[in-house]
Amino acid sequence: MSTDARAFCRDEAQAIATYNFAYLDEQSKRMIRRAILKGIAVPGYQVPFASREMPMPYGWGTGGVQVTASIIGPDDTLKVIDQGADDTTNAISIRKFFARTTGVATTTATTDASIIQTRHRIPETPLTEGQVLVYQVPIPEPLRFLEPRETETRTMHALAEYGVMHVKLYEDIARHGHIATTYAYPVKVEGRYVMDPSPTPKFDNPKMDQCPALQLFGAGREMRIYAIPPWTQVVSLDFEDHPFEVQAFDRPCALCGADDVFLDEVIMDDQGTRMFVCSDTDHCNSRQTAGHAGEQDT
Amino acid sequence: MSVCMNADHPLMTVRDLTHMYGNRVGCRDVSFDLHPGEVLAVVGESGSGKTTLLDCVSARLERSSGTVGYQMRDGRMQDLHALSEAERRFLMRTDWGFVHQNPADGLRMNVSAGANVGERLMAVGQRHYGQIREAAMDWLGRVEIDDDRIDDRPGTFSGGMRQRLQIARNLVTGPRLVFMDEPTGGLDVSVQARLLDLLRGLVDDLGLSAIVVTHDLAVARLLSQRMMVMKDGRVIETGLTDRVLDDPQAPYTQLLVSSILQV
Amino acid sequence: MPHKLILDDVAKSFTLHLRDGITLPVVAGVSFHVGGGECVVLGGASGAGKSSILKMVHGNYGVARGEILVMHDGSQVDLAVADPRTVLQVRRRTIGYVSQFLRAIPRVSALDVAAEPLIRAGVDADAARDRTASLFARLNLPERLWSLPPATFSGGEQQRVNIARGFLPDLPILLLDEPTASLDQRNREVVVAMIAEKKQAGTALLGIFHDADVRDAVADRVIDVSQFAESPLAA
Repeated sequence: MSTDARAFCRDEAQAIATYNFAYLDEQSKRMIRRAILKGIAVPGYQVPFASREMPMPYGWGTGGVQVTASIIGPDDTLKVIDQGADDTTNAISIRKFFARTTGVATTTATTDASIIQTRHRIPETPLTEGQVLVYQVPIPEPLRFLEPRETETRTMHALAEYGVMHVKLYEDIARHGHIATTYAYPVKVEGRYVMDPSPTPKFDNPKMDQCPALQLFGAGREMRIYAIPPWTQVVSLDFEDHPFEVQAFDRPCALCGADDVFLDEVIMDDQGTRMFVCSDTDHCNSRQTAGHAGEQDT
Repeated sequence: MSVCMNADHPLMTVRDLTHMYGNRVGCRDVSFDLHPGEVLAVVGESGSGKTTLLDCVSARLERSSGTVGYQMRDGRMQDLHALSEAERRFLMRTDWGFVHQNPADGLRMNVSAGANVGERLMAVGQRHYGQIREAAMDWLGRVEIDDDRIDDRPGTFSGGMRQRLQIARNLVTGPRLVFMDEPTGGLDVSVQARLLDLLRGLVDDLGLSAIVVTHDLAVARLLSQRMMVMKDGRVIETGLTDRVLDDPQAPYTQLLVSSILQV
Repeated sequence: MPHKLILDDVAKSFTLHLRDGITLPVVAGVSFHVGGGECVVLGGASGAGKSSILKMVHGNYGVARGEILVMHDGSQVDLAVADPRTVLQVRRRTIGYVSQFLRAIPRVSALDVAAEPLIRAGVDADAARDRTASLFARLNLPERLWSLPPATFSGGEQQRVNIARGFLPDLPILLLDEPTASLDQRNREVVVAMIAEKKQAGTALLGIFHDADVRDAVADRVIDVSQFAESPLAA
């Protein structure tokens, strides 16, 4: 290797050591912001965008990360959850990624966050105006189950031909006696576009309706961004004689005693002892701090 | 009686319809009227242009020239090719049916028989599961599929059953016009007879109009009142089905008729 | 007695394109008429063109030349040039036809086969089946056959289904193509009586009967078709 080349490599190494703010270059961020704006302007419509390679594999939230990277600023406070928890590998990795590439403050408290990136949950604590919820989406197309052709699904969206969505729900009832779809439960946004709310439990669907916060959805592998602006109508599809219902749990959280939240089942030991606890760790912790207790905690 | 129910007004008016595949003729200068309650058979050998014609008049294929007029439910004549895509697709899933030769082309193979029949109802806004299921059950009965198969997928059905399911799926919204492309093709003779009889009964009971493409003259005789014989993209003979079959005029029609195997 | 069916200078020939386009003349200059309450029988040797004339009137043979005039729904129609829809309507409301052989439809019962023209003409389905059943009884068709498809019936049984189908609707004109050919004596007599009743009711009948007894019993006039042979070569 020549001296010149060695010098070049050294310079490059130094250059790489300092990332651009939020990792993505400014051109890419601008492109993604345009997609986001279009998504906000047409609620529920899937906007194609030129998804970038991110330093993590597809399926780890590359879509959500690109959306967050494009909207985050130095004054933001970021919270990242994975299935409601702040302390899982995925949540921690993404939180550290942004802490390192932006230097912004991070938090686990829902109320303190200005941006919450989430995988498959909406926090139990009601969101407020000014907050942004960024979803990681694996498969954005709700019609894909019945229609494999992208050209056809686009036409169906364009013409609002959504009869097939009910075919899926019909199949559920025929097979199980009730609508057995428990997550990624399809919704209609502002009376127009049918949308996949990402694989959140249908328990969270009502929280999307008339939500004060801005909701953004990023699908990195499928290269789609869509959005629900604040205070937008979001209706879960159903039948007149089989109306939409959220999951009900027959016991409260074992740690904080909350009975109006989404619970995770946790296996405690090799004997199969199990416990039902809040999936939203921040919500559970703050309740415990405030003095609430479940039966396991007494 | 309203204008749109008047049998003296054609349901469909086709004039000088031509479709070219590049320099090759798909169909050329085809004209005919189809009246309410009428079944028209289009016969001819493979490559004669009958399927191209069917696709053109059912707006599945763009014409090169000519017109296809259709009497909408409100009685007004509408040039099909002037319809917006939304209107055309709405027509296709409400007022029209299309029975494909291969049932897999007309069915959703990954959902149950009941959902296949119910889909059109859901597409036009029915949102009551019980009523949709009842209608599906009723239609399965009418095409002679047992109640207890309603939750089975078409993949578990025989060829004849799949074809009957496809017919039920098409007829559930009470269409006025059904296009059929070789509806009995690929079925055993005994299965064919059952299907033909069923189709004949349904067409009669419901007062359906139909355009049936077939190369089987026996199918044409059993189902249709009128017949068009096609060769090289053109209609070479047309008339009452029994007259075309009993007293064929064009050389090709004579060949076709004389080629029928007598049983 | 007004003429219900008029044939004027009717000609028929077949052009066989598969045999180098040779033309087979069948009949030419066919002119006759049938009045209401009259039964005209076409006579002549086999191959003289009797069936061809009947088929031209019914419309499943084209007409090369001439006019076939009927009164249909109060106006005169020339069947030689009528469009298919008109021919179909004439068949539904003006001209009945008993063919020589029944074109059996798979899986449809004898009762429904015979009642179909009545139902198409707007008669209530139950009433149509009742009328069909009583005619079947009169024609001595065993009751166990009524609900079966006629495809497996004997020739005589099929013939009676066919006769019922043709005779049930009360149409102004009735064409009969050897309706008694495969019937036994007893049933032939029933058919003769039925023809007499049709005449009584003013129907114009045009038929072919090979059986001399039946022909003599029903015919008001016999027209020898061999006079219409266009050429002595016509086979």
